[in-house]
Amino acid sequence: MLRADGITVAYGRQRVLRAADLTVAPGVVTGLAGPSGCGKSTLARVLALLRRPDAGRLTVDGTEVRRWRHRASRDLRTRVALIFQQPRLAVDPRLTLREIAEEPFHATGRPVEDLADEVGLTPELLVRRPHEVSDGQLQRACVARALALRPRYVICDEMTTMLDASTQAHLVARLEAYRRETGAGVLAITHDEELLTRWTEPSGGPTVRMT
Amino acid sequence: MTRSSWIAAGVLVALALAVLLVPAVAQLDQQLVDLRSANRAPSLAHPFGTDEVGRDVLLRVIYGLRVSLLIGLVAALVSVTVGAVAGLAAGVLGGAADRVIMRVVDGFNSVPHLLFGIFIVALFSPSPTAVVASVGLTHWTTAARIVRSEVLTLRARPFVDAAISGGSGRLRVVRRHFLPHLLPHIALASVLMVPHAIWHETALSFLGLGLPPHLASLGNMINDGARSLLAGNWWASLFPGLFILLPTLAISVLVQHWRDRANPRRRSELQL
Repeated sequence: MLRADGITVAYGRQRVLRAADLTVAPGVVTGLAGPSGCGKSTLARVLALLRRPDAGRLTVDGTEVRRWRHRASRDLRTRVALIFQQPRLAVDPRLTLREIAEEPFHATGRPVEDLADEVGLTPELLVRRPHEVSDGQLQRACVARALALRPRYVICDEMTTMLDASTQAHLVARLEAYRRETGAGVLAITHDEELLTRWTEPSGGPTVRMT
Repeated sequence: MTRSSWIAAGVLVALALAVLLVPAVAQLDQQLVDLRSANRAPSLAHPFGTDEVGRDVLLRVIYGLRVSLLIGLVAALVSVTVGAVAGLAAGVLGGAADRVIMRVVDGFNSVPHLLFGIFIVALFSPSPTAVVASVGLTHWTTAARIVRSEVLTLRARPFVDAAISGGSGRLRVVRRHFLPHLLPHIALASVLMVPHAIWHETALSFLGLGLPPHLASLGNMINDGARSLLAGNWWASLFPGLFILLPTLAISVLVQHWRDRANPRRRSELQL
């Protein structure tokens, strides 16, 4: 269980999250909806251990998170993967798609597995750099990277907002296959209500609405 | 490349060839004192004239440039390396470490650096090492500031978050994501530092604190030439002066070109 209790985050004097609670259970897709600027992405970063909240508690499978970013143990922070809204900003522009997708293996010293095929990346695409591919192709590499270390929880922060319908369907199907295969918990953040319903329904997961 | 960049590159190549080849093939000894031909005006035999003890100014300018360029390069490398390490540490560690390092930078910047440089060379006997230490220890702060501010913007980029989330430790993020992005900035800072370091070497030698007087350096030559300036011997200090200006201008033209290429948006905005 990935559980956030009373998470409060402020940027300077601007408070973006006020005592937010959220639980992501393993094996189901939890939906998170809300208007732009309500703090969904900030909450996603807190859940991925990338931002220390100003108040509140985060537990990952019963372990309370006390250290954040680099300081969090590697085991804990690789248990939660985050897929960003804008793939172009989420990749180092100097690396090839293969290097991007395989980065977590090299960072943790684990044997490299070929995940490109699962997300629909051809060998010809893998040698290209981010500026030579489309947003959809780049997001596929980001999904491969996020799933590389077999995380227990995957947070999809508006993952498909900028993509065409077929890529959207493909990536959601890939995440669904991953969830069924590993029993991982998925947090689907989007303001596309139709997508949210289609995504959360098969696993019967709840949808949380932020205001 | 524009015509001015080609000319600048040509000048630098010519100067580099001169300082590398001339000492190897020259028939004359640059330290040879010939009092019979002292203070000769520029002529075919001595295109830049001779100094007050009859040494050929052209030959000594080339030897002097060799020493000054070498000191400029080493001092630039030392200052940029120290600065880059300090800036990287401040940016990556953040918090208290950042505050301490930046206060040290402020401290160094609050003292006029020529004065501080003079203080440092005064601790040593005149030697190239003293000049390198003096320039290196007074000029690292610029590189530190550049590197730190770049690291701060890089740190906030989502791909760094993605790397952390993917299990990368601090060192790996620095090696894999920060350094490749920082290298062009560091390279630019070091190239810009070379002419500046040459100027400092010249200034310190001119004040009699830099290099030992027998060693031909551009600063020593201007210093020597200044004595005979009132007697109307303008060539002994003018030519060394021009040879400080020449590589400085050439390097700054090339840096300008490089900067425009590295940032095409800036160039297109300028053309509007």
